[in-house]
Amino acid sequence: MIEVRNLSKRYGATVAVDRLSFDVRPGAVTGFLGPNGAGKSTTMRLLLGLDLPDAGQALIGGRRYRELPWPLREVGALLEAKAFHPGRSARAHLAALAAANGIPRSRVEEALGMVGLDGVAGRRAGSLSLGMAQRLGIAAALVGDPGVLVLDEPVNGLDPEGIRWVRTLLRSLAGEGRVVLVSSHLIGEMALTAERLVVIARGRLLAQTSVAELSARSTSLEEAFLELTADGVEYRARPAHDPERRAR
Amino acid sequence: MTTATTGGHYRFRHAARMEWIKLRSLRSTWWTLAVTIVAAAGIAVAVGVNTEDAAGDLTNNALAGISVGLLLTGILGVLTATSEFSSGTIRSTLAAIPNRPLVLAAKAAVFGAVALTVGEAAAFVAFFAGGAALPAGMAGPVLGQPGVLRAVVLGGAGYCLIGLLGLGLGAVVRHTPMAVGLLVGGVYVVAQLVAGLTPVLMPYLPIAIVANSLTAVRPGIAVGDVSFLAPWTGLGVLALYAVAVLAAGGWLLAERDA
Repeated sequence: MIEVRNLSKRYGATVAVDRLSFDVRPGAVTGFLGPNGAGKSTTMRLLLGLDLPDAGQALIGGRRYRELPWPLREVGALLEAKAFHPGRSARAHLAALAAANGIPRSRVEEALGMVGLDGVAGRRAGSLSLGMAQRLGIAAALVGDPGVLVLDEPVNGLDPEGIRWVRTLLRSLAGEGRVVLVSSHLIGEMALTAERLVVIARGRLLAQTSVAELSARSTSLEEAFLELTADGVEYRARPAHDPERRAR
Repeated sequence: MTTATTGGHYRFRHAARMEWIKLRSLRSTWWTLAVTIVAAAGIAVAVGVNTEDAAGDLTNNALAGISVGLLLTGILGVLTATSEFSSGTIRSTLAAIPNRPLVLAAKAAVFGAVALTVGEAAAFVAFFAGGAALPAGMAGPVLGQPGVLRAVVLGGAGYCLIGLLGLGLGAVVRHTPMAVGLLVGGVYVVAQLVAGLTPVLMPYLPIAIVANSLTAVRPGIAVGDVSFLAPWTGLGVLALYAVAVLAAGGWLLAERDA
């Protein structure tokens, strides 16, 4: 289980995450929702120990990430598409990660097969399309067969078939009793994928709820999300017929 | 989830295995190292063919290509660190091995071993090629003569230490052009300036150590008022530079956000 406790992080004058607390439990896909710039990616980097928090902590199974004995066997993460060297093959990228955590080499081929990259695994990873790069990132998350998955916008760049594939994959991983936290700014996609939701804006928690419960607050999940995040959106287009604007 | 119950903890050897796979799986690694050896041999032959003074330090002459070629291992060292930052691989690396100083130590060990192996190969190939290319009738140096084997072996080590200096610089500045600029500036350009302005510092410059201390058969060469460091002292000073920059890189890697 993931526990985020009073987590805060600022970059210069910008507060990215502000006293954020939430839990993610196993067995259900938890959607991590928020407008662009809400602090989702920062929270995930803090969770992975890549950025260091100013205050608070993020725990995975009661431990900080950097205390995990074999991190990739416990947590699989996709934080950005193309987090690999363009000159290295997909297979070598996964083999390096597997070697780092004593993961059997056979898992590399399994992970490549799971994401459908076995045919192109020997090619330079730089030649992969965005969709294939995203699949390689997912393979890297799965290579250690971890009980916790943290995925930042995994459907970015995927075609409709790929999006459906990710959705089915995440639901089946959660169904096996894993913890699955997946961020998105696409509420429609989350409505189809997630059961639980953590909604943040401007680095703060707005709601920790279920998709069903949030949908029931308004006419649709999308409406409910927009109402909830109305104050947390930093840049919102003003309607063309805005009366206030005309008055000035 | 099947593996979660296995005991133990990742160790240095796991980090080293990861770094070895990463280093060997880039074609640019092998190209750079092959060119390093070919360049050392090529320059040795060119110098050998044009040798006129049989009484000069012919070993040092044969190893002249090292001063040029070590820029290649230096840049490869820089790239071994900076390409991780520019490509985002560093996030995957640190997710696998969160102990950041351990990551840099493993990188230094693996890259250092490869650079040393290739550096020694380049130095020996250059030594024999340079000797073979001497004009007819001129006797080439042999490894059994005093100081010759030392000059060749320490010359090979020069590649490795400049490579590690590059790796450390890459970890400190993270940005490829800036790190390469610092390396070239620090090794070559500063040497030109110092030679002109403050010659007393000359013996401590990396390039002077490689050219006049490590690869010298007769130690303590003096040029004007300046006498260069003895071979083993030079090796120690150069190693100290590499270790200092690597330590700074390790500390910054642990302190900064990835």
